[in-house]
Amino acid sequence: MTTLYTTDHEWLRIEGDVATIGVTDYAQSQLGDVVFVELPKVGRSLKKAEAAAVVESVKAASDVYAPISGEVLEVNDALAAEPALVNSDAGGKAWFFKLKISDKSELGGLMDEAAYAKHTA
Amino acid sequence: MMLARETETALKTTPLHALHAASGGKMVPFAGYDMPVQFAPGVLREHLHTRNSAGLFDVSHMGQIELRAKSGKVEDAALALERLVPQDILSVAPGRQRYAQFTNEAGGILDDLMVANFGSHLFLVVNAACKAEDEAHLRAHLQDSCVIEPLPDRALIALQGPTAESVLARLCPEISAMRFMDTGPRRIDGIDCFVSRSGYTGEDGFEISVPAEQAEAFARTLLANGDVMPIGLGARDSLRLEAGLCLYGHDIDTSTTPVEGALEWSIQKSRRHGGARAGGFPGADTILAQLEKGAPRRRVGLRPEGRAPVREGAPLFANETSSEQIGKVTSGGFGPSLNAPVAMGYLPVSLAAAGSLVFAELRGARLPLRVAAMPFVPNTYKR
Repeated sequence: MTTLYTTDHEWLRIEGDVATIGVTDYAQSQLGDVVFVELPKVGRSLKKAEAAAVVESVKAASDVYAPISGEVLEVNDALAAEPALVNSDAGGKAWFFKLKISDKSELGGLMDEAAYAKHTA
Repeated sequence: MMLARETETALKTTPLHALHAASGGKMVPFAGYDMPVQFAPGVLREHLHTRNSAGLFDVSHMGQIELRAKSGKVEDAALALERLVPQDILSVAPGRQRYAQFTNEAGGILDDLMVANFGSHLFLVVNAACKAEDEAHLRAHLQDSCVIEPLPDRALIALQGPTAESVLARLCPEISAMRFMDTGPRRIDGIDCFVSRSGYTGEDGFEISVPAEQAEAFARTLLANGDVMPIGLGARDSLRLEAGLCLYGHDIDTSTTPVEGALEWSIQKSRRHGGARAGGFPGADTILAQLEKGAPRRRVGLRPEGRAPVREGAPLFANETSSEQIGKVTSGGFGPSLNAPVAMGYLPVSLAAAGSLVFAELRGARLPLRVAAMPFVPNTYKR
């Protein structure tokens, strides 16, 4: 299992040809209290960089982009009921959606943990 | 995800700027000032703390202006100001204040403000983003009869919430005798302040004008009380939205009249048709006609039926399929006290009654919203 990161503060956990995607702890700290999350529909085919989900704090709405292309296999319905999970466990329980990876070469442009730490330093 | 980037420009600072930095304020540009949008607890906790206890807000960016009649009589300053606002200023008793609007020739709103009678002169508090224009407007129209003196060397601190009175009364017991919209000079903790029992949160509370050089010490004294937490602009906005209060430049502006803005309550009989001093302010023809016949559209409260916040700019439609936009959201977000999204916006009067169902377009979908009475959260003013 590998965890990769985007410059837009999303993480991807890669298990075989499935990527689980969420936003980073740094992102949630910048967003503030999350009060609403909108997730993509299961079965939707996402293209890399396409707006896939929305996360809203008291202050503002932010898009979550598909970091890679793929089909949505599963979404985290717990987030709709408890958006504050994004603040309390961004890297774990607050995963957003799972994608069936359509082009593994797209993973090449992503950062590992050390590079992401440098990115947010 | 895309996080907002703040641009670096030459921003002004308030006398509490160093305190905000020391208190962990997250600073953002607002109306030309470097202001705290939130502190470490975050917007949600700051909002709820203000509703449950007491919040301290730096509103020093707002304009404070003294208006003195050259005759020396406050009545003459009141009559002069009545040439620029649709409110009855003459009847504002010494030690009282009133909400007002500067209007333009079309009946639109140039700014909204508070007008206080300090006995010898009037004291105005205007919006930060409008203060230079307001000052020029006052000079252009009233300079013949009045002296207009901005007070840039005073800070303005709001203390809001159910324990605001007990906190402030420990420093100045006489403030407990003040009622909502009472105002005037008071000596607090050895500082010459102007205090009004008013605010922008829907809660009981005070706004305190303090000499700039004493502002930080005064704020620190208030913050030393365990009930008091510093509050940023984020919670200030969610608090005023739940209270149904307008944000100038968003919910009201030069394109909206006071009647369209649902602010008729602020226009007294004496300035209306048949009143002792009817009309005589910019846009009177339009505004007085609308007071009698109504305006075609109206500012209303909106409660989205789902969980998704519907924010400023969202277009409104009469149903799920119509392509004809009938209005738009002018303020919207999440109401922490309601634990639900809230908004306000403009609708045709035919759809402005409480209970009407309308739809906002958001990310390609139509979301239902119910027109609702404001305030969304009952106010707790000490009348």
